[in-house]
Amino acid sequence: MAARNQKASHNFDVIIVGAGSIGTPSALFLAKGGLKVLVIDQLPSVGQASNKHAIGGIRATHSDPAKIYLCSRSLEHFSRWQEVYGDDIEWYKGGYSFVAYRNQEVSTLKDLLTIQHDYGLNIDWYDQKELLEIIPDLNSKGLMGGTYSPDDGSASPLRSAYAFFRQAKELGAEFHFNEKVMSVHIKSGKIVGIETTKGKYSCNLLINAAGAWARELSALAGVEIPVRPDAHEAGITEPVQKLFDPMIVDIRPGNGSSNFYFYQPPTGQIIFCVTPSPQIWGILNLATSKFLPMAAKRLIDIMPKLKNIRVRRTWRGTYPMTPDGSPIVGKVNELEGYLLAVGMCGQGFMLGPGIGELLTNMILDRLNKQEIVALDSLGLDREFARVEQLK
Amino acid sequence: MPRNRIKTHPILNIVDRESISFYWQDKLISTYPGETISAALIANGIKIFGHHPKDKAPLGIFCANGQCSQCMVILDGKPVKACMTLVSPGIHVYPADGLPSLPDENLPNDAQYNETTKVEVPVLIIGGGPAGLSAAIELGKLGIKTLLIDDKHRLGGKLVLQTHRFFGSTEAVYAGTRGIDIATTLDEQVRSYESVEVWLQSTALAVYEDKCVGIWKEDNTYVLVKPDMLLTATGARERSLAFQGNTLPGIYGAGAFQTLVNRDLVKPADKLFIVGGGNVGLIAGYHALQAGIDVVGLVEAMPACGGYKVHRDKLARLGVPIYTSHTILSANGNDAVDSVSIVEIDKQFKAIRGTEKEFQCDCVLIAVGLDPVDEFTKKAEEVGLPVYAAGDAQEIAEASAAIFSGKIKGNEIAQGLGLSLPEIPDEWFEFEKILKSKPGETFKVELPVTKAEIFPVLHCTQEIPCDPCSTVCPKGLIHVDEKDIRHLPEFCPEDQKDCIACERCVAVCPGLAVTLVDFRQDPTYPTVSIPYEFSRDKINEGDEIIVTDVDGKSLARLPVTKIRQIAAFSGTLIIRVKAPAAIAVKIAGIRLPAPEKNNIADEQKASRIDNETYICRCEHVKAEDIRSLIQKGVRDINQIKAITNASMGACGGKTCLHLIQNIFREEGIPFEEISETTKRPVFVEVPLETLAGSRQNKDKNNGG
Repeated sequence: MAARNQKASHNFDVIIVGAGSIGTPSALFLAKGGLKVLVIDQLPSVGQASNKHAIGGIRATHSDPAKIYLCSRSLEHFSRWQEVYGDDIEWYKGGYSFVAYRNQEVSTLKDLLTIQHDYGLNIDWYDQKELLEIIPDLNSKGLMGGTYSPDDGSASPLRSAYAFFRQAKELGAEFHFNEKVMSVHIKSGKIVGIETTKGKYSCNLLINAAGAWARELSALAGVEIPVRPDAHEAGITEPVQKLFDPMIVDIRPGNGSSNFYFYQPPTGQIIFCVTPSPQIWGILNLATSKFLPMAAKRLIDIMPKLKNIRVRRTWRGTYPMTPDGSPIVGKVNELEGYLLAVGMCGQGFMLGPGIGELLTNMILDRLNKQEIVALDSLGLDREFARVEQLK
Repeated sequence: MPRNRIKTHPILNIVDRESISFYWQDKLISTYPGETISAALIANGIKIFGHHPKDKAPLGIFCANGQCSQCMVILDGKPVKACMTLVSPGIHVYPADGLPSLPDENLPNDAQYNETTKVEVPVLIIGGGPAGLSAAIELGKLGIKTLLIDDKHRLGGKLVLQTHRFFGSTEAVYAGTRGIDIATTLDEQVRSYESVEVWLQSTALAVYEDKCVGIWKEDNTYVLVKPDMLLTATGARERSLAFQGNTLPGIYGAGAFQTLVNRDLVKPADKLFIVGGGNVGLIAGYHALQAGIDVVGLVEAMPACGGYKVHRDKLARLGVPIYTSHTILSANGNDAVDSVSIVEIDKQFKAIRGTEKEFQCDCVLIAVGLDPVDEFTKKAEEVGLPVYAAGDAQEIAEASAAIFSGKIKGNEIAQGLGLSLPEIPDEWFEFEKILKSKPGETFKVELPVTKAEIFPVLHCTQEIPCDPCSTVCPKGLIHVDEKDIRHLPEFCPEDQKDCIACERCVAVCPGLAVTLVDFRQDPTYPTVSIPYEFSRDKINEGDEIIVTDVDGKSLARLPVTKIRQIAAFSGTLIIRVKAPAAIAVKIAGIRLPAPEKNNIADEQKASRIDNETYICRCEHVKAEDIRSLIQKGVRDINQIKAITNASMGACGGKTCLHLIQNIFREEGIPFEEISETTKRPVFVEVPLETLAGSRQNKDKNNGG
């Protein structure tokens, strides 16, 4: 209430555009670092675009060093959130398991283990028998084994976004909803402020965390970025008693899908998602008639017991894709004060706290070595040639 | 047969059926083939179907219509809706206590799937109620290929629950005929057209981006239907209400109650309390009395009942206490309702302390309004599929209006498909408006001062669309304005003796608001004919009965001189009494034996349990949790969902969204500040194996 009595100021250290998976935890860390932060979002409340469409998986077991580092940091924040701040974000350390039913997947997954072990990740190969001990209801027919990383987990994107938002506000960050950026003000090659549908604000730093709309926002600043949204569908079933712990990922291509994953949060539902193949470009939110039959077949094939569970709801969200499947994070050479935190390629939720912390440390000039390396590999000026193997 | 079966009914024909049995918690219970699990359980006195996984609160049936998802049970290991699943002999049903566990599937899985079937059809109609059937009939007449689907096992929608004679126009919408009989007539007509195909027990799940409608068929297959035009005739769903104990077993939506009583012939209660004085609540109360269920009271928040006065009067005459400017405070009981508390409210709808009253009852019926089932219309609009809505799915009104609106929409669709048809006459649209109109002005009762020796008394003083008394008179003596049938009927004798005492006007009136007074034999003690719709065996010639005025005030005790039934008007008895001339024209009804006194004195009150007020009955989200978020400044319903899970449960917000809006209103938040929620498919839960097209499917409803 105290804040209301103060004269509304239009000057900020940092303005973040996008109160989603990236913008919200970033606001939290920046406010914690003592900066005056404003978050602007075109939607009515926190996490209403891609964040709430995320299914909630959080893993450090990637193949790209920067993502491994950032997600390890995120895991630290998600797993300790309730202990530190008290709210239940439904964090669950259920692990991840990439399963293999063909030799191809066995070799792909085993090859990756080398890098993953180099980065100290707790992930190992389990043969059929061992994997069935971890996930007894997995279809054993043809199962050749799989990886299992017990330190990965999941949390509720909905609960997390609200928890980050509340905490950020508590620390003084301001949030403006139902407000859209109309122009970016630049003076002598430097960001000086923005104008929105509701007012003008000045700032030293502008963070683009606009998710699927990042490219349009960046165009207002005159910076072209290779971020292109594509559409993915997900679904949720009714809750049932605990069947399995880890997020199960099946990287086999299927008819109309390139990979497929599902898990059971502690609340009991099965949440599932398919990566369509070929990709479907655009910000689309209408359900397709193909998704449910396709996902249902894949679910039953991999866990026959699920044939009796009932699907409750489906939704369609957006992955802001980059050419190489890795995010674009950091400063932009030609425009001072403009920072990117875009192109999360469907992993914004799990990257969010890690990226928020990284941006904050960059702004406050206190980066550690790993963060410097990460920023180097995620810059806009990179080649975008290398493609991540486990997207 | 168990005690909770209705054995006699004044209107419904109860035929002997062979019983079958199945297991409930490993005990054999008796039921009838073709019955839903929910009806079978209630017939056997089982009200508690499970306990909520979150707080172990008891769960029972609420909507009996496949909408609310509160009636889940475990059938042969699988979670199903008890109200939508039919029994079969020997099945094993268990309560859903906490989260279900899935049955083991040891069958080898060799990817035996059928491709999803796709069907193209010019017209798809979702919903085989009055609107959908009427539209299908119009399309059938024109030979247009039409697919009509309905999620129940027979056509008619809510008509099959309506045992009363219908209002409206005799010519256009079968006024004067009982809803159940209209259902049969429309069903037969639809079936007579070759171009109309009907799929029963087939539930629409979603409208997709490619303009296909996903349908879960009776044989447990999943089919995508791509129509050129869609008609949603999906009817309405009942509103819930927030009060303490509002999810206790024994609290039913009015439709659920009518389904159990009139469709399933199950007696879900001995003593019923009704919340809501609209037509739905008033009619349901009358149906309860006809089924031998005591109605201990009715509350209506407004200063007057919103339903037709003739419906209110029927209840009042039968001695049901009607409390206007009152609301329900709480339903009380441990595992099921055993009493309700009500309170008087002021003009701001605030409770007036000290006016609390408590009634013993084992059932509370919620009839506080309906919402259109409009999710299919909205999705079709979003994806660009040409769509029409008819009946309650378009606008909540009487079933008679739904019949007529279906007729118009059927013709509009035919035109939309490019058929060159004569323009739909303007009068149709005007007539539709009349049928949809809310009850109009009530005029001061002017009982006839006539020199005629014989005449009907029309206790019909409120402007409602209705004309059967006029069309039924063989002498044409009762006049209703044909242009606007809302005008009050008038008796216009040509000659004092024109009336032939056929008593058809007495029998046909849907409001039971016509009596006939005949002075011909005895000018001081005329004969009065009164309509009566209760079991014949409860009343005999020579019995003394209480006659009442239109409001239920007793006028005299008089012996019955004759009981008659006109063949064309089955279910309605005509009771003749001889009455003193001074009261003859005032007589409007007959009172049942005096009801017991139901008010419990304060000292006798059962110990009150502070039951919760649930807003979201699926996720058990309490009113206080939502209110506190609103007080903290949350204005986006999507955010309330995200934080509390409200509307994210099995029913997907079908029963809670308007309750959330009510809290916003109570907190004084202007409508413009509130952001609406997103509605997502599928609109009904469906098993994965159905979607996958798994081979060796068994029927959806045979317990497989």
